[in-house]
Order: sequence, then C-alpha cells, then structure tokens
Amino acid sequence: MIPPSFAYHAPRSIGEALSLLTELGDDAKLLAGGHSLLPMMKLRFAQPGVLIDINRIPELRGIREEGGKIRIGAMTTESELIASPLLQEHLPLLAEAARMIADPQVRNRGTIGGDIAHGDPGNDHPAIAMALDASFVLQGPAGERQVPAVDFFHGTYMTALAENEILTAILVTPFASGTGYAYQKLKRKTGDWATAGAAVVMRMAGGVVTQVSIGLTNVAPTALRARDAEKALIGQPVNDASLAAVVQAVRAVCDPAEDLRGDVEYKTAMAGEMAKRAILAAAARCR
Amino acid sequence: MIKKIVSMTLNGRKVEEAVEPRTLLVHFLREKMSLTGAHIGCETSHCGACTVDIDGQSVKSCTHLAVQCDGSEIKTVEGLANAGVLHAVQEGFYKEHGLQCGFCTPGMLMRAYRFLQDNPDPTEEEVRVGMSGNLCRCTGYQNIVKAVLHAARVLQQDKVAA
Repeated sequence: MIPPSFAYHAPRSIGEALSLLTELGDDAKLLAGGHSLLPMMKLRFAQPGVLIDINRIPELRGIREEGGKIRIGAMTTESELIASPLLQEHLPLLAEAARMIADPQVRNRGTIGGDIAHGDPGNDHPAIAMALDASFVLQGPAGERQVPAVDFFHGTYMTALAENEILTAILVTPFASGTGYAYQKLKRKTGDWATAGAAVVMRMAGGVVTQVSIGLTNVAPTALRARDAEKALIGQPVNDASLAAVVQAVRAVCDPAEDLRGDVEYKTAMAGEMAKRAILAAAARCR
Repeated sequence: MIKKIVSMTLNGRKVEEAVEPRTLLVHFLREKMSLTGAHIGCETSHCGACTVDIDGQSVKSCTHLAVQCDGSEIKTVEGLANAGVLHAVQEGFYKEHGLQCGFCTPGMLMRAYRFLQDNPDPTEEEVRVGMSGNLCRCTGYQNIVKAVLHAARVLQQDKVAA
C-alpha cells in the first residue's frame, strides 16, 4: 500500500516533459492515469526516483479528425473514449470495447496511451489497436516518429517506446461505412483482465469476407495479430468450415502463461472461441 | 523527500497543505484532514471504499496522489449532507437498508452521488454496471440497487418540484 519516496514534477508542455525525461534519465517514469504505475509502486514492484506527471499537458488530450485519420491524444481517458461522438460514429469498436475495461472509477483516470505504453498482455487496447491497424506517435528529443501497433509490442511490459520518448497520440483510420467489428472478452468478473480476448474488424461483399483483421488479448507474452487466421477467412463466407479454420489458426499462434485464470490448454481454447464469437458478431454488423 | 504545497477545495472549504509527493489522497484525507469516512479495503485499486469526487468524477483516492490535487475540487461523504439534511443517496441507502457494517458505504454513496448526475434515470442493470467499481461484503448489492433507484426517484421529483 505504501509507495516508496520519489520526487514529483508536473510539466505543462510536451517539450518540458521531454527535457525532464532527458535530464532525469532512467530513474524517472511518466505518470499518466496512474492506474497501473501507482498499483505497482504501492507493491514496490516499481521504485522510480522521479515521477513526471503528464496530466497537465493539454496537447496530449482530445480526439479529432486530422488528415483523414482520427487522432486520439494519449491522455484521453477510457471514459472519454466511451463518451466521444466522433468515435461512436467512426470507430465504434473503441467506444464499445472501452466499456469492458476495468470499472467506472478506473476509466475516469486510466488513459488509452497508458494502457498501450504499459505493454501488459492483459490490457485490452494493444490487441484492439492491432485490429484497427492503428499507429502510435512517439515524440523524443530528435522529433516525432510513427510506429504501427503491430510493431510496437516487443515483450511483456516491453515496447518500442524509448526511455526518452513520450507516446503522444494514437492514429486510426475511420471505418468505411458497413465495416463490421467486435471485441469479445472472456473474464471472471467485471473489471478483471481477460482470460482471453479477440478484437475483429471486418468487411464483407457478396457474402464473402473481403478484409479482416484479428487481434488477440492475453494469450501470449504480447498482444498478437492473428495473420494466418485472417488469411483463412479472406474470400470465404462466414460458415462452420471457415470458422473452424480460423479457430485452428488462432490456437496455433497462442502462447499463454498459466496462472489463476487458467492453464495453457484452457486459454488457448478460449482464444479460439473468442475469435469465433467476435467474427460472428462482426459479420452480423457488416453491411 | 521535498514536500510540495497543494491547495484544493475540500467539501467547499479552501485548504492548503504541504504534502510528500508519495502521499496517497486517501491518507491525506483521513490522516491530515481527519475526514475518516473514506475507507481503505484493498491495495490493488479494486474495492472502491476510498471513492471520492474529484473535479466532477468518481476517483479511487487510493490510486491518486494528494500532490496531483493542486487546484482540484474534492467532495467526500462528509460533504454530502446539506446543513444537516441528508442527500437523496444517503436517504436512499437508509430507507432501503443499503448498508450493514457501513465500511463500503461512504465509497458507495460518493459513487452513487456522481453516477446519478451522469445518468439521472438509470435501469437496474445500469445501476449495477455503474456501481461495479465498488465492492460490498454485507448486502449482496440487492438493497444497494434499490437505494440508488430510490435516490434517483427522489432527485427526479426534486427537479420537477424546483
């Protein structure tokens, strides 16, 4: 319950935060919503000497259209994702899936950027971002770079984000009209992390799948993009045969950790089941 | 560690205090401000017994630093009653027997207080989802749902009357 001592800074701009990061080095951690970092500090899993609070930086907030994309500031809270009319209209998967993350109080503080930057395979946004083909804007002392979600997650709690960089925004292409989507999350109770989860974005024409992307949650050291499962579905109708192929391909890519949520066999089977349900739900929404 | 001066509005009263950065808001409220209504039921941010209202949102004060509250407006359960008259959520929990040991109650009340402003006419299911960040050992939640729905009716009537 009692976190170790640390120094606290609350910069007002990205530039100021970057200078602090450069100056203070690896003893410093960025404090966003604080609903992963503070819990780890309270259990002394993490003991940074300095926290740089990025809650008072207006540039990191807000959801807007920009150059044909939707730009979501990294400090946008889960509650703001749910309430956003822009997301409800153009990226309903995000608004809907955010309701399955944690609980109302946590969603008032936890941010999409923090959920992604944490790099926890149990978090929901990584697989959702993969299914959305999102890219992440990372700003460092030398400027800005963009990393696709599929290349961002390197391992458990490890990402492409360098120590002197800040994840500033998430960029996503709005759904074409008629796009089907779903996030299926198996969990022990409301507010828990997924035993297994699957995010699907899909388009159909003439009764067959023309485009599909599938992201998997908490069934490997990182979120996964299930490429082989996607290939098994492209050009096919959604039926028992194509779903069986998808389930087989999803299972093949799983590498879950055994814990209180279940063993390897159970989680692998549930990943296949969640993918199947997500595809059926997405297909029902395709126009 | 160097202390920081924070000033906040707490239940309508301006307070200014020097705090260590690592001081959790719930400890600041309980130990420094003697507002011991907010409780601590876990160390993993699950139970919601520490829920307070910060700048118009329900927040678990065990997972927020006091130093982050500079300039914030905070309401705790002690600030709910108005000149001795119970708030509708307090009255609802009392009338519908929505508490037994009372340990989760301050957090439940603060959550219900905000939830009913965000959703003034909720269904039973919306109440259960809306209150899902708050655990209770005693009631089985049934009477808490009735209490929140009772408060919703009272608040709606008050609005019509006004």
